[in-house]
Amino acid sequence: MQILHLKETVTFMAYRKIAMVFSIILMVASIVTLTTNKLNFGLDFTGGTLIEVGFENAADLNKMRQLLDAKGFDDAVVKFYGSSRDVVIRLGQRDDVKAEMLGNQILSVLEKGTGQKIDMRRIEYVGASVGDELAEQGGLAMLTALICILMYVAFRFEWRMALGSVIALFHDVLLTLGLFSLLNLEFDLTVLAAILAVIGYSLNDTIVVSDRIRENFRKMRGLDSEGIIDVSLSQTLSRTVITSITTILVLLALFFRGGELIHGFATALLFGVFVGTYSSIYVASSVALSLGISKEDLIPEVVEKEGADQDAMMP
Amino acid sequence: MLNKYPLWKTLMVMFLVAFGALYALPNLYGEDPAVQISGKRSVEANLTTLDNVKELLAKENIDFLSVVLENNQVLVRFKDTEVQIKARDLLDDNIGEKYSVALNLTPATPDWLASIGGTPMKKGLDLSGGVSFLMEVNMSEAILKATNSLVSDFRSGLRGEKIRYRSVKKISTSIEVKFRNVEDLIAGKEFLENQNRDLILVDNEDALTLTAKLTDLKLKEIREYALQQNITIIRNRVNELGVAEPLVQRQGKKHILIELPGVQDTAKAKEILNATATIEFRMVDQQGDMGNALKGRVPASSQLLYERDGTPVLLKKRVMLTGDHIVDAGSSLDEYSRPQVNITLDSPGGSKWSNATKINIGKPMATVFIEYKPTKNKDAEGNTIFEKVQEVISVATIQGRLGKSFRITGAGSQVEAHSLALLLRAGALIAPIQIVEERTVGPTLGAENVKLGFQAIMMGFGLVFIFMLIYYRAFGVVANLALGANLVLIIGIMSLLPEAALTLPGMAGIVLTVGMAVDANVLIFERIREEIREGKSIQQSIHQGYDAAFSTIIDANITTLIAALILFAIGTGPIKGFAVTLSIGIITSMFTSVVGTRAIVNMIWGGKRLDKLPI
Repeated sequence: MQILHLKETVTFMAYRKIAMVFSIILMVASIVTLTTNKLNFGLDFTGGTLIEVGFENAADLNKMRQLLDAKGFDDAVVKFYGSSRDVVIRLGQRDDVKAEMLGNQILSVLEKGTGQKIDMRRIEYVGASVGDELAEQGGLAMLTALICILMYVAFRFEWRMALGSVIALFHDVLLTLGLFSLLNLEFDLTVLAAILAVIGYSLNDTIVVSDRIRENFRKMRGLDSEGIIDVSLSQTLSRTVITSITTILVLLALFFRGGELIHGFATALLFGVFVGTYSSIYVASSVALSLGISKEDLIPEVVEKEGADQDAMMP
Repeated sequence: MLNKYPLWKTLMVMFLVAFGALYALPNLYGEDPAVQISGKRSVEANLTTLDNVKELLAKENIDFLSVVLENNQVLVRFKDTEVQIKARDLLDDNIGEKYSVALNLTPATPDWLASIGGTPMKKGLDLSGGVSFLMEVNMSEAILKATNSLVSDFRSGLRGEKIRYRSVKKISTSIEVKFRNVEDLIAGKEFLENQNRDLILVDNEDALTLTAKLTDLKLKEIREYALQQNITIIRNRVNELGVAEPLVQRQGKKHILIELPGVQDTAKAKEILNATATIEFRMVDQQGDMGNALKGRVPASSQLLYERDGTPVLLKKRVMLTGDHIVDAGSSLDEYSRPQVNITLDSPGGSKWSNATKINIGKPMATVFIEYKPTKNKDAEGNTIFEKVQEVISVATIQGRLGKSFRITGAGSQVEAHSLALLLRAGALIAPIQIVEERTVGPTLGAENVKLGFQAIMMGFGLVFIFMLIYYRAFGVVANLALGANLVLIIGIMSLLPEAALTLPGMAGIVLTVGMAVDANVLIFERIREEIREGKSIQQSIHQGYDAAFSTIIDANITTLIAALILFAIGTGPIKGFAVTLSIGIITSMFTSVVGTRAIVNMIWGGKRLDKLPI
């Protein structure tokens, strides 16, 4: 079976100006929403207490809010979690109660107040200092990842392509963060992990394309840089599409079957795979082209050794 | 040309996959409910314990599958959880004083598999349920204590040397000594320099001051010691909890991670972890009549306490010294190779001790260990009631006037001397600890996570399987075989690595690997199709396809591996689990999808002339 069978070369690069404008608009929009809307950081980063409880029957959120309000937990955020019988309560840092005792207190307040048997599903408490440290470490991790990858790609390919692929990664990470900010989705540690996986995936794509570009620069004659990039992108397109399909298939499995805890993870990756596929075509290659990549940059200089041709003739 | 693998290469692929399958096998056998009995503190479970347990179970007619003694623990397996809980209650009531009796799920791995090291994967807390704490050691407190004790050391040292000083003051983390004249300043500096090598001394002749600061090396040592001490103490306390497989490990420079699988009552766990223990040195009451005391007529100034083996000891109520003066305690062998415990006190403790022992030479002295243990009872507000437990841990005769450092001999075996030293140190926590992170996962959520993760893996696997089959036909079957082998290898390696635990994000990592692992095969197969289209012969196309795709596959995977390794370095718990499965998956998938599929392709299509390829 064949989904895509390209007889002719698609002139991808002809649309690169439009794509660039499109990407820049999206990136600016992401920065805008990140500065105004901010990220909805999860407990891992902000610190505080989170309690997930399961009820036998559908829970009444308003009643729970009132109960908690009456006991002085007026900052409690009460939300359904996946189903109407599953509720998550999140509380900020507080000075008056020993935070690590908070979980049990809330449980008993709810149990007495609602008269229902409550199943404690999980309690998480994160101290403020831990959250700060984690946010710092997380940012650092992402930077380190980008730098390490830049170094590896620069060593394996050429600086223009390395820069192109890292800009593509930056583009993907920024847009994914933008999506989380825009939709006000919770950004926790699993989402951070997903973003690092997006970096891995998007790079995977970029490298496959770059590899082909390099190969074609060496092999093909009579085409300009733009033409060669177009040919390379067309040749790898079916692979790009198929791999995206299989990855999206498993991510859909995770999204629908993986449960609430990895919903954010699956969302980030699903979006990341789309953006990553797009960026390996229109960001990485187009940046390399704009930086003036040419045949000479990719073909290793051949030093003519005297007598080299004679050697080859020897049996 | 023909594509053929040498025999050894095919055999190697088969061997490696079989090896992975063998070690993945234990995951298919379930788990038996079991009860685990291990000794508390210095008590160890031994053959007598084993017989004791057997006897108790037989008396109550409780059936068990097997009972073994291994790693100083008695493990009894049962048919179902009902029997298991009955047995736990019975054993806890009878031998719970000396042993901790914990519920456990033991892998039902057959003996032949276990004997070659086969164990199922460990489950992370988000799958097994339980509680994890991250505790932070208050390092500034440790340094403050060290500086404070230096201040009093300086005072007594200078006084002893008859060097006159105006004042000794602590200024943040350094100590300032003011002198009356330059001569004293010089003499003081020389004295302090000789006495303490861990100081950086800066003198100011104009202001007649000497500023002392601890060296960075010493500060590091203090921090390290505070962390180690806390870990030791927490380990001891965790053993009291009766948790089957607790984990206590350091994390970074000042954190300690504690994982207690299966524990639901976090309040009790926290109380035990935060319980304070103290040490007191008291004189033995030699005048009092033991016979009368045992009958309940204890002299007013005395108290009747017991040693661990039940020997009664009559003690004076007056406390000569408390454990918070202990700076260090360790065990070693004396000149006759008898075990001894060496104790070092701080300066005020030293002079107090010296005065107290001066008048008591030749008399027996007892070391009392005091602990507050949570009971099963709760007060009106639902708080656990604590019980003060006092125990005599050693009785020794005072041989002479004792000073800042002294030793206790005759503490029994070397093991006992070591545990006495530990207990002494436990009475003097250098730095307090605080819970900075806590995660509790209830048993229902844990079980649900396992189910969800398993479903997601199966569904993801199934979807990719069908897609590849439709898209690449016979070659799709080959890719699917590789995918299956990859899954088996990941599970096999995860089971073999003692540190790796399967978590929910880890399961997500496996799902993701399944999706991304076929990429290598897609690359190869697309390339083969391309080569065929270009008119190359079938065999040449296969060869070219694998060859040309190889470096791309390596590059693409190495970069993902970089991201996974960075994640591994910063992540904790569940996230680390994701990084682990992702990294393992990347490596195994490169093997199965490049070398593995090539072996199959060569075997089926490589050896003959073909005009068409089912791709």
